[in-house]
Amino acid sequence: MKTTYRDAVRLGLREALQADPRVFLMGEDVGRYGGAYAVSRGLLEEFGPERIRDAPLSESSFVGAGIGAALGGMRPIVEVMTVNFSLLALDQIVNNAATLHHMSGGQLSVPLVIRMATGAGRQLAAQHSHSLECWYAHVPGIRVLAPATLEDARGMLGSALRRPDPVVIFEHASLYPVEGELSDDAGAVDLERAAVRREGGDLTLITYGGSLGKALGAAAELAHDGFSAEVLDLRSLRPLDVGTIVESVRRTRRAVVIDEGWKTGGLAGEISAILMEQAFYDLDAPVARVCTAELPIPYAKQLEDAALPQVDRIVTAARALLPRR
Amino acid sequence: MTELAPPTAASPAQDAAASHQLELLRTMLLIRRFEEKAAELYSAGKIRGFLHLYIGEEAVATGVMQALNPEDAIVATYREHGHALARGVPPGAIMAEMYGRANGCSRGRGGSMHLFDLSRRFYGGYAIVGGGLPVAVGLGLADRLQQRRRITACFFGDGAVAEGEFHESLNLAALWDLPVLFLCENNLYAMGTALDRHQAQTDIARKAQAYSVPSSAVDGMDVVAVEAAAREAADRVRRDGRPYLLELRTYRFRAHSMYDPDLYRTADEVERWKQRDPLVLLRARLESRGAPPAEQLAALEREVDGEVAAAVAEAEAGAPEPVEGLLDDVCAERPR
Repeated sequence: MKTTYRDAVRLGLREALQADPRVFLMGEDVGRYGGAYAVSRGLLEEFGPERIRDAPLSESSFVGAGIGAALGGMRPIVEVMTVNFSLLALDQIVNNAATLHHMSGGQLSVPLVIRMATGAGRQLAAQHSHSLECWYAHVPGIRVLAPATLEDARGMLGSALRRPDPVVIFEHASLYPVEGELSDDAGAVDLERAAVRREGGDLTLITYGGSLGKALGAAAELAHDGFSAEVLDLRSLRPLDVGTIVESVRRTRRAVVIDEGWKTGGLAGEISAILMEQAFYDLDAPVARVCTAELPIPYAKQLEDAALPQVDRIVTAARALLPRR
Repeated sequence: MTELAPPTAASPAQDAAASHQLELLRTMLLIRRFEEKAAELYSAGKIRGFLHLYIGEEAVATGVMQALNPEDAIVATYREHGHALARGVPPGAIMAEMYGRANGCSRGRGGSMHLFDLSRRFYGGYAIVGGGLPVAVGLGLADRLQQRRRITACFFGDGAVAEGEFHESLNLAALWDLPVLFLCENNLYAMGTALDRHQAQTDIARKAQAYSVPSSAVDGMDVVAVEAAAREAADRVRRDGRPYLLELRTYRFRAHSMYDPDLYRTADEVERWKQRDPLVLLRARLESRGAPPAEQLAALEREVDGEVAAAVAEAEAGAPEPVEGLLDDVCAERPR
């Protein structure tokens, strides 16, 4: 069926709510408003206010309540409007959700799913546009996912709810209106493996989430020049599928990491270090990084565009690693 | 409806059977002796990390636990040895945890500040001030959604009242009709900052009014009064399925932690509060009624001493957690 990323997430939510009476959705404006990004529109009417629970603007407490509800036998899905707002709940996620299983010597577990929008590209400036996925991916005790495709937007949620540990899912806000095909029987998806979205032999473009489309665009341009780029979608940011990353780069011998986070202290640096440790002698060129420029995301369109990874920047970075033709 | 009572004292009618009060005395004595021993072992280097003693506040945990059923949940703070002991977590498992041993109640992962016992629905010690309140709200939400008639008791200090999570959590619990009993252990100091130096409104019970949470305050040094107030509050939460805030006015006799030189309060002030030592008060209450005989009290002391000694022996005998298992409990799901 033809659908959008937004509708695919909603389908995943509806299926999860139908499949398990312990599942409920909680967050700011998820009910009567229909979700800040219209993801949950219609769900209040279908499932009622107990299971589609509008929360006050109390990020720390409704995320913490999600942790408590998970401890109490429920399977909460907590929606935080954006990753920037999630910083108000960082204490609960990092100090409680990620630690309780460990601190209790394995007695407690927190089967909680937290969804949030991330990323720039819609001129929302510096308090609604950041990509802080790597802050969460830094923390042991939680799983971090970044669905980039319709299939993952729908399927990762159900798969995440079946896990006994907290899972944070990042949905890039620019993806919600993206249209595509989704097979009717698409269901649970694997959460462990990175996915090769385009096969190639000359270099590997490693990315995730909102940058996948840009990486595929760059691969298409490179193909015009006679280079075949493999595009790897990380899908899971913690744990990283190191095996698939290293296997691809050992084969292609060149890699560009594209990450909408900032370069300094970011995921792209982490992946570069992994390649240094595990594929150093297979590399024909240094690993390159295409990240967001080191500034708060600006409002004006030409400034925002210039700050973010774009197809031309990816192509330029890739060409610098490849032999001249 | 919101009500605000002044701190209450126990009425003669609340003076229940002497045998029950003897049990209260026993629990408070166990907490006192257990912690005195813990402080000694800390000085001897057997226990490390932070150690926050509850000495002086024993009546609070002891009195409140009488009002809770086995199916009720407890969320506590980093000063939670007393709560764990009063809930029935075995002293040996707590001491072994402070030793960092495999037979500790958190298998050596938590230490003094993070005691857990799921079998007793003791959901642990939280060491970020205020961080346990949202978790308690969530436990209450789970009970409401599953239509279970049980309550969650959430302990926190006066310091937590300054955190946003206190205000958010009271609002959420009231807004969503959640069966949470908020228990503010007001010992007058947020670490070293006196209540009137961190709160514009020092009447904590009164703050609950703003969130339509009924509340009252009780003398936290009088275990009989604490039990009576906690029973009333817990019954109300159970009956109405709504939150309640009980403020317990108490005092810690020891420093904030073993590192604290206690420079922010006078020795006089501490001495004045020690006149209202909860153990002394209860003993006087028992003696004023001619019970129990001195030999019975002596036997109680011996029993408790024995129990503490056994806890230490259990901790000493515990195996160290193997380093090979370092990563065992990071996630409930084992890496493939």
